[in-house]
Amino acid sequence: MLFLAKPFLNLATQIPTFEMSLQINSLTKTYGQQKALDQVSFVAEKGEVLGFLGPNGAGKSTTMKVATGFILPDSGDVLVNGISVLENPKAVSKMIGYLPEHNPLYLDMYIREFLDFIGGLYGMKGNILKTRIEELISLCGLELEANKKIHQLSKGYRQRVGLAKALIHDPEVIILDEPTTGLDPNQLAEIRKLIKNISVNKTLILSTHIMQEVEAICDKVVIINRGKIVASDLLQNLKSDAGKNILLVETEESLDLEWFAHLGEVSFFQNKTNAISLTVVDAVSARKELLQIIQKRTLTLVSIQQQEKNLESIFHQITQN
Amino acid sequence: MRALYWKEVNAFFSNVSGYLILGVFLVSLGLIVWVFPDTAVLEYGFADLEPLFVYTPFVFTFLIPAITMKMIAEEKKTGTWELLMTSPLGIQKIILAKYFASVTLIFVALIPTLVYYYSVVQLGDPVGNIDHASFFGSWIGLLFIGAVFASIGIFSSALTSHQIVAFIWGIFISFLLYFGLTALVQLQVMSPFALFLEEMSLSYHYQSLSRGVIEARNVAYFLTVIILMLGLTGVLIRRR
Repeated sequence: MLFLAKPFLNLATQIPTFEMSLQINSLTKTYGQQKALDQVSFVAEKGEVLGFLGPNGAGKSTTMKVATGFILPDSGDVLVNGISVLENPKAVSKMIGYLPEHNPLYLDMYIREFLDFIGGLYGMKGNILKTRIEELISLCGLELEANKKIHQLSKGYRQRVGLAKALIHDPEVIILDEPTTGLDPNQLAEIRKLIKNISVNKTLILSTHIMQEVEAICDKVVIINRGKIVASDLLQNLKSDAGKNILLVETEESLDLEWFAHLGEVSFFQNKTNAISLTVVDAVSARKELLQIIQKRTLTLVSIQQQEKNLESIFHQITQN
Repeated sequence: MRALYWKEVNAFFSNVSGYLILGVFLVSLGLIVWVFPDTAVLEYGFADLEPLFVYTPFVFTFLIPAITMKMIAEEKKTGTWELLMTSPLGIQKIILAKYFASVTLIFVALIPTLVYYYSVVQLGDPVGNIDHASFFGSWIGLLFIGAVFASIGIFSSALTSHQIVAFIWGIFISFLLYFGLTALVQLQVMSPFALFLEEMSLSYHYQSLSRGVIEARNVAYFLTVIILMLGLTGVLIRRR
């Protein structure tokens, strides 16, 4: 028995590699001439809230639809806890809770009826399903409206029903496609709070085009633009860039990057040799030193511009190129 | 699968349009069988329900696409199709659940016509003087026609996300299979294929059932068409 037990133990120690619960592997999808997804890859690990950010039409929804098995990619694969969505879509769909972009619901149904139906699709029944439905109704704050038909609900409450729908089978991975669009500021805050609550011990991916939302809820950010991943980082790393200032300096004469290297990150601006962009923390002292260098080298200053770098501008900078 | 089946059946009965479809179906059959002088059993004078079996397929070509048109098209339009497709159900089970729900609804619509049978049995002189085998053969034949039209309806519903377009396709394909092929047989040009066309048509197999004998080849024909249509529906859906 001891001999037998050993290999099993070894297996058990290897399992943590599956902890990375959602792995998107170089997805490509073309619609006609247009490449909707171009080698999209990222990983969302357990306990992580990943913000999937990008302008409208960048490929966020397409990526999510591929991840849930609703559309097939031209190439690439999605692994959920190590299981491929292409090879075993049924097993994967049991592990994923999905709120599609426009939150489709059966408007003629009562909330409980709807959740009961969805639970049935996931093979749940009887008392287990009943208690789960009541649990979700209180978790999603639907108690007051619980006896209404879905078409009688406001947008915020419909979104809650959509969230309850996504959670009914207690999935490990939750995919929410723009869960907060079209909500008023109060609803927005409540839904964000709710998302934060449900994300404990789960892998949650949330797509949005609103930067503040990512700041409010997410641990990690993946930015997609025109079907390509353009940034993928922890929020704090992106944030560490934020708060810095950029000085754009232009002179008549050509410049040498080395003259300014001790001040901060420096690069030529728009490939001109007479203009640089300088990223610094303290703009005031950097500006003084800069002017001194320009005087010392007897350069002719054309302009100095100062920009503040926040998440919003990082997003603009990344997605507008 | 059971959840989706019951959802479809309930959706039909929790909606005014469901009762409207059933009502129109039964009223038109009632008028044809009992009231319109050209077709009414009472005018005919024989204890025979032939008008029921001749005209029901006509009514079916409209009624069944009306039942099935929203099965897939509407879900696509409202986006709830995504809910079903991303559930662990799988395409086959989605199609089958919707198909069986449609067949159930057709069965429910047909049940009241058994009252006609009872009436004619009572009206016969002597009472009960009716060809029972022929009646039940035809009745089962009607169920098969309904089942075939339902598979056509599901297929049409998968063709588009517009209910009306699905409805029209459903009528057209049903009409072609039931009346069209038999009508083509009468064309001179078609004479070399006449036998083949005849055997491909729904009405041919339906008529053999209505003689009161349920033959395996007829049943096999109906089942083949059903499986073919549902299979094609699956192919359509997979091409996403």
